[in-house]
Amino acid sequence: MIDRIAELRAEAESAIACVSSSGELEELRVRYLGRKAELPNVLRGIAALPPAERGPTGKAANQARQALEALIAQRSEQLAGGELEQRLVSDAVDVTLPGTPAQAVGGLHLLSATRREIEDVFLGLGFRIEEGPEVETVYYNFDALNHAATHPARGRADTFYVGRDVVLRTHTSPMQIRAMEAQPPPLYVIVPGRVYRPDSDATHTPQFHQIEGLAVDEDITLADLKGTLLAFARAIFGPDRDVRLRPHFFPFTEPSVEVDVSCFNCRRGHLRDGSRCPVCKGTEWLEILGSGMVDPNVFAHVAEHGYDPERVQGFAFGMGIERIAMLKHAVPDLRLFYDNDVRFLEQFA
Amino acid sequence: MRIGLEWLRELCDPGLDARGLGERLAMTGTEVDRIHQHGVGNLDAFVVGRVIAAEAHPDADRLTVCRVQIGDDMQTQIVCGAPNVAAGQTVAIARPGAIMPDGTKLKKAKLRGVCSDGMILAEDELAISTEHDETIVLGDGSLEPGQPLDGVLPIATEVLELEITPNRPDCLGAYGVAREIHAATGASLAPAPWEQDPGSFGGDVGVAVVVQAPDLCPRFTARAFENVSIGPSPLWLKARLSAAGQRPINNVVDITNYAMLLTGQPLHAFDRDRIAGDRLVVRRARDGERIVTLDGQTRVLDTGVCLIADADGPTSIAGVMGGTRSEVQADTTRVLMEVASWDGPNIHDTSLKLGLRSEASGRFEKGLSPEAALEAQIVATRLMLELTGASLVPGTIDVGERGLVHAKRPVIRLRDQRVGGLLGVSITRSQSALHLGRLGFETAERPDGLDVTVPHWRRNDVTREADLIEEVARLHGMDDQLPATLPSRRGAVGVLTAAQRLRRRAEDVLAGRGLLEVVGWSFQAPERDERLRLPADDPRRRHVVIENPMSAEQSVLRTTLLGSLLDAAAHNAARGQGVPAIFESGAVYLATGERLPDEHRALGALVPGDVFAAKGYLEALLRALHATGASFASAPQPFLHPARSAQLRLGETVVGWVGDVHPLVAGAWDLASVAAFEIDLDAVIAGVGAIARYEDLTSFPELREDVAIVVDAGVPAAAVLETVRAAGGKLLARAEVFDVYRGAQIAAGRTSLAIALTFRARDRTLTDADVAPVREKIVARLAKDLGGELRG
Repeated sequence: MIDRIAELRAEAESAIACVSSSGELEELRVRYLGRKAELPNVLRGIAALPPAERGPTGKAANQARQALEALIAQRSEQLAGGELEQRLVSDAVDVTLPGTPAQAVGGLHLLSATRREIEDVFLGLGFRIEEGPEVETVYYNFDALNHAATHPARGRADTFYVGRDVVLRTHTSPMQIRAMEAQPPPLYVIVPGRVYRPDSDATHTPQFHQIEGLAVDEDITLADLKGTLLAFARAIFGPDRDVRLRPHFFPFTEPSVEVDVSCFNCRRGHLRDGSRCPVCKGTEWLEILGSGMVDPNVFAHVAEHGYDPERVQGFAFGMGIERIAMLKHAVPDLRLFYDNDVRFLEQFA
Repeated sequence: MRIGLEWLRELCDPGLDARGLGERLAMTGTEVDRIHQHGVGNLDAFVVGRVIAAEAHPDADRLTVCRVQIGDDMQTQIVCGAPNVAAGQTVAIARPGAIMPDGTKLKKAKLRGVCSDGMILAEDELAISTEHDETIVLGDGSLEPGQPLDGVLPIATEVLELEITPNRPDCLGAYGVAREIHAATGASLAPAPWEQDPGSFGGDVGVAVVVQAPDLCPRFTARAFENVSIGPSPLWLKARLSAAGQRPINNVVDITNYAMLLTGQPLHAFDRDRIAGDRLVVRRARDGERIVTLDGQTRVLDTGVCLIADADGPTSIAGVMGGTRSEVQADTTRVLMEVASWDGPNIHDTSLKLGLRSEASGRFEKGLSPEAALEAQIVATRLMLELTGASLVPGTIDVGERGLVHAKRPVIRLRDQRVGGLLGVSITRSQSALHLGRLGFETAERPDGLDVTVPHWRRNDVTREADLIEEVARLHGMDDQLPATLPSRRGAVGVLTAAQRLRRRAEDVLAGRGLLEVVGWSFQAPERDERLRLPADDPRRRHVVIENPMSAEQSVLRTTLLGSLLDAAAHNAARGQGVPAIFESGAVYLATGERLPDEHRALGALVPGDVFAAKGYLEALLRALHATGASFASAPQPFLHPARSAQLRLGETVVGWVGDVHPLVAGAWDLASVAAFEIDLDAVIAGVGAIARYEDLTSFPELREDVAIVVDAGVPAAAVLETVRAAGGKLLARAEVFDVYRGAQIAAGRTSLAIALTFRARDRTLTDADVAPVREKIVARLAKDLGGELRG
């Protein structure tokens, strides 16, 4: 009997080794270990054997059954793995086809994206963001900003009027006054917003966007202005940028300076191929904004709010968001910003 | 302001080329807009010539064939069209290869069959004047044929086109610019051209001047000249005027222009014999008084205008333009040279009012000092004597507060500590004094700094210590001389306000869902209101109106974003890009009758599809902002589909709308099937933004159950949900419609709403036994309030 057990075991083992599918393996399991199979019957018939054989036979049959069970489990796992692999292979798709459903990519307008980029730089430098009305009084737009009664900017050729002393603001600077009226020094604010001037060509649109900056404290210097704008220029145009200040005139700053940033597109005004740089036109510098130290006459308008011109000083600057975006992204025509053509918008979304 | 480099170098020559000088000036505050090449190019091709023979052209009456000596052994043949050319003349020659003022290159030519190897030049061909009829005849017999023309005639100079800032009218004159160059470079400055005055003061020059409006005319000076010969100016003077963009007229007029270009101060020459009654009165015009100005126009004046009148009435609009009646003419022999100061703001008003801007008004309105009047008078006197053969009538008319003018020498203290304190770099007192001295300021040492006396030409511009600091800073330099530091930022923290953060979030939610942001015009055409079907009494017809718009298309401010969204959609649709899903975040403006309008930030979107497409985005936006009190109700808008539009409420306040765009409105933009929404973003954000507090939603599981309720088709889902929520009590966490059915399986005119109910308790796991009575209550309430019945 023990020999028969060994025989069965060997036969089953070789059969298991040869099966090639889970189905065949199941058939083998039924044949060798199922209710009607010989080996289990041996075990069930142990009681009928002579007592001396019962021990060794039972033991051998049990061992054989356990071994086969283990072998079947092992083989089953092997086969399942292989079969899954086969099924996965047959599931193959062309992964170069597009995803479905296609997800639209929206995005901010380049002007908004640029505005936020600039805002974030100044937030990091300790400035807060203020906003103010676009329809503004002559007082805030001109008078309090020390514009002489004859200053040409007040004229109807340069300013949209909506009432006798109400205009569409021509710059974000009126918020300098409003911000100082609202909060005593120290004051660090930037003012992004829409402004208006009657002008229309490739470099002028009747509406455009500016960011004003104002820092007032007891010890703000022109050197601080330079350092702040240098940090700004490097954050926006790259870490190798330099800035230079050129004296200029603005009614509400004294001294007044225009600020240039070194061209990011060329080396000494020329491209690698030796041609003149189209961005800076060979000058090596790009004018990006106007600024200066707040004029004492401006402080005089808000002196009762804590801005005594003998005690506080500060800097102010104003830049065009369009200009920064045009420089940085090589946009050739200002009007593109307002066409809202999706082929333009998607390039920057 | 245009000025020839040749002229500037005579006054101050730092040894720089035009570009180098331009850069130096730019770094001290005088921007050079452009550098022009005035006159001719390739100077080697311009030589002195002598006409050896001049014979009539065989085939042309007006042409002369000339043999011209252009060197020791060199002769050439030139065909010339000028009537004055004759043998023996010394002339100016352009040879082939010469670059003419208009940029063309001179070539050999054949004129009516005769070869011409160059050109005998007239003044216009050297850009000296516009004179073209006669060739230049060089009088000086010492000139040798073949000698370069450069140096004999002013045939070429570079011209700086300077941007003079409005605070610096002193730089509207060549001498003022030269003073800037002197201050910027240290190169020596020529003595002031008015230092030597050939004139005298006092005396009766034969004309009486009465200033009746001293507030508008701080100073009026005049000198009289006799035996004046009107004629052309010398070439050097014409060339300087031409380079500066002034057309030479005759010697007297040219002298007034030349003196103005040198000193900055405008002058006016009267024909002395055309001053009726030998008397000039400076007064305000009478209302309706008329004058014919030099440009031939009749001008009607009012009492705000200052004029100069003689016995026959007005002769000039003071400081703006002369009249035709008294101008210098070819037969003029006696001249009264007027140089006066006028009130800047008044000139500005007059020029604006009459729509008449002139070289003079542009200068006077910036405010010229009374002292400058006499400086220009002296320059003109010298030139009149030198160039017109005139004799000066002794004496000078000088009406005005002369004593007061000279007493006004403002002295400003410049404290060393303030210089360093404002600039952030220390500049020594002696450096400050050097810079200021070169600009014409006088300085005196004081214990804490300098007492600085302001020269008259800077009196309007430099009135405070800060103004002096600017002068010192710009000449000291701001490049390597100025460090780059950061403010100490005492306590300043840069942070977005909650509202700013939420606005960014709102915009990002739409962008993140695939919408493209657009930036529209704040302006619109008034007629857009018709296209939007706004009724006459709609508050959105109350526009802010621009008094001086660039066009009717941009003459009022928008009151809704829908117009610019439709514009952007139409722009793309018309270009084959389909209708894009877009949004805009920007201000709208409603006139209120107050001084300033109601201006708030709106957020609007336009998408292809129907009301639900738009509402999906709007709901996502509201969820992202945690706008918990938001609700929708059917409500019309003139520009929306009347049966497919809703208003958005936040609590009790209406803060927006959503719907299908009315087909007629969409059609007006050539669009179809678009939906839109717009919210008052300021109002929405004001109602949200509370700090989120933790709520335990995870310790005990939710219990979910769906019910289908059949109600009349007219009952809005919002009403059903409101009833469900009211009846659901504390255990009902959420109720949401997830399906709608109308059709054969239910009665006609009825709608089945499938509602997902979510129950939750804070303190235990709910069982069916907990929830069953709540559900029964909900069903009962629906039946009672809305006639609803549980389906199937």
